[in-house]
Amino acid sequence: MPKDHTLKKILVIGSGPIVIGQAAEFDYAGTQACQSLREEGVEVVLVNSNPATIMTDIDVADKVYIEPMTPEFLTQVIRKERPDGLLPTLGGQTGLNLAVELAESGVLEREGVRLLGTDLRAISCAEDREQFRHLMQEIGEPIPDSEIVHSVGEAVRFAERTGYPVIVRPAYTLGGSGGGIAETETELRATVENGIRHSPIGQCLIEQSIAGFKEVEYEVMRDAADHAIVVCNMENFDPVGVHTGDSIVFAPSQTLSDREHQMLRDSALKMIRALDIRGGCNVQFALDPESSRYYVIEVNPRVSRSSALASKATGVPIARISAKIALGYHLDEIPNPVTEQTRACFEPTLDYVVTKIPRWPFDKFVGANRKLGTQMKATGEVMAIGRTLEESLLKAVRSLEIGLDHLQLPEAVEIPVEELQKRLAVPDDERLYLVAEWFRRGGSVEKAHALTRIDPFFLGKIEGIIRLEQELSAMKTWDSTLVKQAKRSGLTDAAIARLTLLEEGEVRKRRQKAGIRPVYKMVDTCAAEFEAATPYYYSTYEQEDEVVSTERPRVIVLGSGPIRIGQGVEFDYATVHAIKAIRAAGLEAVIINNNPETVSTDFNISDRLYFDPLYTEDVLNIIEKERPLGVVVQFGGQTSLNLARDLKEHGVPLLGTDLEAIDRAEDREKFEQLLGEVGIPQPPGTAVTSELEALSAARELGFPVLVRPSYVLGGRAMEIVYSESELKNYMDEAVKLNPMHPVLIDRYLQGKEIEVDAISDGEGVLVPGIMEHVERAGVHSGDSIAVYPPRSITEEQKQRLVNMTTELARALQIRGLINIQFVLYDEELYVLEVNPRASRTVPFLSKVTGIPMARAATRIMLGGSLAEQGYPEGLWPEKGETAVKVPVFSFAKLRRVDVTLGPEMKSTGEVMGRDRDYARAVYKGLLAAGISLPRFGTVVATISDKEKEASVPLFRRFHRLGYRIIATSGTAELLEAAGLPVERVNKLKDGSPHILDRIRQGKVDLVVNTWTRGKTPERDGFRIRREAVEHGIACLTSLDTVDALLSTLDSIYMTAEPMDHPVKPIRGKLVTT
Amino acid sequence: MEARLLLEDGTRLEGQAFGAKTEKLGEVVFSTGMTGYQEVLTDPSCCGQMVIMTYPLIGNRGINRHDFESKQSFIHGLIVREHATSPNYWRNEQSLDCWLKEGGIPGIAGVDTRMLTRKIRAFGTLKGVLSTTGAPWDVLAEKLEAGSVMRDQVARVSTRTIHFSPGSGPRVVLMDFGAKYGIRRELTRRGCDVVAVPWDTSAEEIKHLGPDGILLSNGPGNPKDVPGAIATVGILLKQYRLFGIGLGHQLFALAAGADTEKMRFGHRGSNHPVKDLQSGRIHITSQNHGYTVRTDSLDQTDLTLTHIALNDGTCEGLAHKHLPAFSVQYHPEAAPGPHDSGELFDRFLKLLNLNREGMARA
Repeated sequence: MPKDHTLKKILVIGSGPIVIGQAAEFDYAGTQACQSLREEGVEVVLVNSNPATIMTDIDVADKVYIEPMTPEFLTQVIRKERPDGLLPTLGGQTGLNLAVELAESGVLEREGVRLLGTDLRAISCAEDREQFRHLMQEIGEPIPDSEIVHSVGEAVRFAERTGYPVIVRPAYTLGGSGGGIAETETELRATVENGIRHSPIGQCLIEQSIAGFKEVEYEVMRDAADHAIVVCNMENFDPVGVHTGDSIVFAPSQTLSDREHQMLRDSALKMIRALDIRGGCNVQFALDPESSRYYVIEVNPRVSRSSALASKATGVPIARISAKIALGYHLDEIPNPVTEQTRACFEPTLDYVVTKIPRWPFDKFVGANRKLGTQMKATGEVMAIGRTLEESLLKAVRSLEIGLDHLQLPEAVEIPVEELQKRLAVPDDERLYLVAEWFRRGGSVEKAHALTRIDPFFLGKIEGIIRLEQELSAMKTWDSTLVKQAKRSGLTDAAIARLTLLEEGEVRKRRQKAGIRPVYKMVDTCAAEFEAATPYYYSTYEQEDEVVSTERPRVIVLGSGPIRIGQGVEFDYATVHAIKAIRAAGLEAVIINNNPETVSTDFNISDRLYFDPLYTEDVLNIIEKERPLGVVVQFGGQTSLNLARDLKEHGVPLLGTDLEAIDRAEDREKFEQLLGEVGIPQPPGTAVTSELEALSAARELGFPVLVRPSYVLGGRAMEIVYSESELKNYMDEAVKLNPMHPVLIDRYLQGKEIEVDAISDGEGVLVPGIMEHVERAGVHSGDSIAVYPPRSITEEQKQRLVNMTTELARALQIRGLINIQFVLYDEELYVLEVNPRASRTVPFLSKVTGIPMARAATRIMLGGSLAEQGYPEGLWPEKGETAVKVPVFSFAKLRRVDVTLGPEMKSTGEVMGRDRDYARAVYKGLLAAGISLPRFGTVVATISDKEKEASVPLFRRFHRLGYRIIATSGTAELLEAAGLPVERVNKLKDGSPHILDRIRQGKVDLVVNTWTRGKTPERDGFRIRREAVEHGIACLTSLDTVDALLSTLDSIYMTAEPMDHPVKPIRGKLVTT
Repeated sequence: MEARLLLEDGTRLEGQAFGAKTEKLGEVVFSTGMTGYQEVLTDPSCCGQMVIMTYPLIGNRGINRHDFESKQSFIHGLIVREHATSPNYWRNEQSLDCWLKEGGIPGIAGVDTRMLTRKIRAFGTLKGVLSTTGAPWDVLAEKLEAGSVMRDQVARVSTRTIHFSPGSGPRVVLMDFGAKYGIRRELTRRGCDVVAVPWDTSAEEIKHLGPDGILLSNGPGNPKDVPGAIATVGILLKQYRLFGIGLGHQLFALAAGADTEKMRFGHRGSNHPVKDLQSGRIHITSQNHGYTVRTDSLDQTDLTLTHIALNDGTCEGLAHKHLPAFSVQYHPEAAPGPHDSGELFDRFLKLLNLNREGMARA
């Protein structure tokens, strides 16, 4: 059936901020869907609260609403835009839940909006455990013994029947939030209580554990004519028990016979038919490694993280095709965009192995529980392609940017064998490397399998890599055959060098001389059966190279790799814009990136996509092949910047700001020198390399001091230190002393933090906007609420900021973007940090000012100027409205992580609130970030001594608004002394019922906690904060945020005030004369 | 140990030898299925061919007794990027390497199979020589020059004796031109009383078996290499309900007056979309053929084109306008490949049951 012509205007719902379980994959899906709909002549209205996405660019949809993703705001958009249909299946769980709410509340029907694609019945059938179980029983598909429970008691009774362990899966949650495996009754009770709370419908599925089974996924698509196909099947390295988002995944499945593959394919297709899915869908199976027995684990009736991976793994754009299906097209009417000759109604076949490895945030959250289970913890992922499994796996490892270029964790050597065995038995983020270590010590595949339950096929592959290591170590004279084998197995030159005791450069030179060079092969969906038009390549060590060289001059853009804390989708945004600017300038844009979730790795975006590690060797190989005019390193965050040095050493021309500027901005001494030259102050400080130096420096500066290692990303390992003992600890533990990377100590100025982004062509400097942070300096800029335009800075101060920015940009000879962070302290402006590259705020500022900053900067890097593009110098005129950027955290997913805001970045995403004034913008921003603002309620106050005084006026405002205040003794005394009514509650040490009980009872709306900053989970403050997070209660740890929230409440809601007494009391008798 | 592969376009490739130590000549084809190597290798339709598996990792699951599609492999060589030396699978009995050795089949690994596939895509199926004996290139060149591609494959792979698989349902005579086990499996699953007969069994002999219907099986090579069979099918066609698969479909077409031709590189894999022209529905099918029925030859016949390949529009299914006979080019028995077209057997059964009832009435 051709397109449905009654659909003229369609509303697409995005997925909101990046959180664990919902990352950039939905920017990719949404962007594709919008393009796909618009090329059919449909008007697209998009709603997404996340400004860092490509999909919220005004050229992606006809109308873009960056508004809170709540039913109320969506209803408003619907009433205003009157769309004919709503496409709910491309915005992740968030989009789907919203669509369900809108439909159930009757809004869609009332406003005449059709739900497109998969219908509501199917969605609720797949999402609601009970309905799903019934359907599976009806169609005869096996599911593990399970029961839906609404209470802890029911769960315990089930487990008594089936035995432990059991799996707890809360209904309708992101990334398995609140679920887990319970081995004992105590664990079960805790997990179920937590799960019921997280589930919006208070429901959990308790399931017989099938841990140890193979986990296999099928990405399937179906159209209204009942054509159903499998796009990709994938097999997890980790057996059932680890969330698929936290599993290492291979595509296609490696250990299934055709018989089993077809059995599961039949089952998957049967299910999507029974569910009447129209579009993409994901089915997860557990398969017994010792028989053909299988169970259906889960069905996701929408485009998912796995479908983004499947799209990149196969070349089939699932979201794009799903959008067409939603319009009424059938699969056989949609051309296969890869081959352009065949149709979308076919099943891709791969001639390579794809590996996905999750990127976990444990480098940031040192204290977090690293155990992997049913609750997802990864923030992002990398994908790699190879012609051998070993190559694919090792490429993925070095794409992770965790300091490893091989299956070799330096610390692993020191782990005693008993501990190694223990750790192998429990999946965590390092298990892959521990398996390698196991084989290095001569362990057997059998034993490793017994410990890990990982399929011996995969274990054998890792053992093979270790055998190869041993052969290389034993290599006396250069053996090209062996080196070739090593390269074909994905080993880096550096790894070969370490094993053979040669220099890395020597390995490279010798292998090149021996003709051992990578070639580039195409991802074409069809294993070369048909000619394909996709410019989508990966490197491998084979004979034939397929890249067709053109005569056109080209520029390479380095992407930003996996999404992690401190480097999110903002950098992909800038990368995509750079590509667009390069193409617009008439040059070829070539992208190298390894993140399957992103828009930049959509092969439609660039002239050529190399899906390869952002690792020096791989990047140099591509540069040698492409011979570009230059390489753009400004947009890929720290990833590309880290590569820039190596590239420059190899004589690669870098475009834009010279590398030296980066060095001058990041090297302490050079930076001081620079500031001295231009006469701009910075907080006093110094660089130290030993504890002794640190202590004397701190004494001189005066506590508190800000300490951090040089070359930071996202404030990693940065801390505010209040005492000598804390400083000693810091120097000992957090940072491994390294003379190459000294530790920086600065006086900590707790003033107003201001952030400026600017574009410079070396001469002229345009400042698109100045942003003021709500939280004072000391909270990482990525975790602060940023306000544009600034509200408490004078015109004179703005002018000074612009002047300072201009001078710094000129002094550094910036050609491109620069981001500067200032602190305003005692009316004096200090420079905190200069980043001569694209910053996190580029998308936000681009959107609120309308200046496509990354594009303008790219054009400058290609030789253009501001003037030529029609941009003036100085500060871009501010608009009459206010926009705030509010950070979003994923604390609920990460146990044992302190939620206190500090100099280390912790947020995973951001939202934007925009309105005509500050209070309304903050209201929208907080709402979009998931912080509800009740008119009245109960606030729990636990304030540190330092901040007690400052907190009184804030709580007075809470009181005025009608909030009940609960506090423990110290805080309570203070507030009572100030005349506020306070309900006292026990501290933990005073015994139950104490403050945690109150939070657990769910009768608290807000927690304000500035107690006992620190990472020790035992401390009260930490426990209160965690308790709040785990109960879904907003927890504010900065009084500045509280102030912003109160301002909003003040102006949004009316308060009731008694009439004032008369101005003068009437005293005494009136004497009449 | 080194293996050498020489192709008629002059391509020379060296790789690691595995399987048997021997030299073989054959037609080099590629197969794109990611699973089912054992089924592909034991499909008699591959007789005399050297098969390139486009998926780079082959043999991960070893070889087991359940996944054979015939009693042995008839291929002349296996070309892979990598063969698994330590397979793992609960049914695994033997590594691919050992099994090929036993079957006298040479293998070459470590070669750029994607490059070879692209070559074949561009130039069409190529003749080649594969040697694992260490023979020098010039000897291989001579062998390639002198050798010709096999033309008697059907005789080599067909059953030599009549073989009964009793069942309580309609009797189906399975003309075995190189039948996959899967066909018999699908028939017996549906209760058929299956009698497999050698490819050169005469129509007269078949008549003596009292069939309710005839199934023309798949098989290797050019259908025109078995003119006797075409003639037999021509006779049977008029008397029996008939279903042709693969080579059987081509023989049916030739018997009904249509023509066949060699394709450039054929269809081999498990992901081929086929459109049913009557219902408009698309099925993902398993295919393995190098010849095709010319659609432009159907005009003067009583055949209707019922199915086409979605990708290139070639003939994938036919039905007789007046007689109860139909055929498909692809493999409804799957193995390897999707089960989407299993209903064709049901359709055949329905036809047979009609026949029976009809006979009962008569």
